Amino acid sequence: MAQAAHKDRTLIAAIGDEDTITGLLLAGIGDIDAHQRPNFLVVDTKTTHDTIEEEFTSFTQRKDIAIILINQHIADELRGILDEYSAAFPTVLEIPSKDHPYDPSKDSVLKRVQLILGD
Amino acid sequence: MAAVRDNVFPTRMNLTMTKTRLKGAETGHSLLKRKSEALTTRFRVIVRKIEDAKLKMGKVMQNASFSLAEVAYITGDISYQVRESAKHATFRVTAKQENVSGVLLPAFERDTTMGAGSQFELTGLGRGGQQIQKARAVYMTAVEMLVELASLQTAFVILDEVIKLTNRRVNAIEYVIIPRIENTISYINSELDEQDREEFYRLKKIQGKKKERAAAAQRAVVAKPAPDQGPVRDILAEQVDADIIF
Repeated sequence: MAQAAHKDRTLIAAIGDEDTITGLLLAGIGDIDAHQRPNFLVVDTKTTHDTIEEEFTSFTQRKDIAIILINQHIADELRGILDEYSAAFPTVLEIPSKDHPYDPSKDSVLKRVQLILGD
Repeated sequence: MAAVRDNVFPTRMNLTMTKTRLKGAETGHSLLKRKSEALTTRFRVIVRKIEDAKLKMGKVMQNASFSLAEVAYITGDISYQVRESAKHATFRVTAKQENVSGVLLPAFERDTTMGAGSQFELTGLGRGGQQIQKARAVYMTAVEMLVELASLQTAFVILDEVIKLTNRRVNAIEYVIIPRIENTISYINSELDEQDREEFYRLKKIQGKKKERAAAAQRAVVAKPAPDQGPVRDILAEQVDADIIF
């Protein structure tokens, strides 16, 4: 069952600010599928919370995405959803951005890690 | 809780069957416990790795943003150009699996079968091409690291789930199933003992009755003859026939 589930997952999706996305696209993760949907979302000051949320949800539901990279300061806005998100695929990974240094104490997964190491 | 037991008919066959089940449950319990221990060991290793990798990621990403800043300084803003030319992913991942005591852990790996680097060859052709290629290389290593971290994280999530499941099973067997089977066995044993005692009592009773009856018969044999024996008729003496003369 699990075998078929993640064999097709080859893409890396990204939600982030302009610089982060540019860098990731430069590395070659960018993809636009047959329905003209890109696998990345550039978030700037004009992007609304709803758009981010919607895009994130659609990324999690796509069957060809293996990993979702998301800037931590954007992840903070979706904290509620991320804390509840527990599926193994696609994996959600919080990454630091240029303007916002990485804060391990906010990371949803790291919080769980600390919870386990703590006891 | 003590009274909880399977609803079985107390027979010797069921006793044997229940005993077999108990043995099976105990074997299963020890196996599951060992599985859970193996997974936990693995889990701890992964957790350590994740912690290290997450902290390292901060530095790597900083480095990468810095190289992008260099590009911006030399070439100007390339983000629009880069975004427009992104059509097909050249950096893809494949998932391979690793087996840890029956749990399949996926591990992402960079898929190198795709021809890398054809997409942005012309970006920055006029100015700063070298910086762009450098930034690209830096970001590629960064993404590779992120992929590695992502597979660790996936393994973490899956293992977490499986460990919880296994522990639940271990506890269920230890605290629910085994006591119930033991209760059933003791119930069947006590019922069988009871039956044995009843049977023994019944036999004793029957023996007693038989003895009584035999004794009564004996007594009858001894006592009866006296009243029955009246004056014995002497047939010869009674009949005085006239002599028959031919």
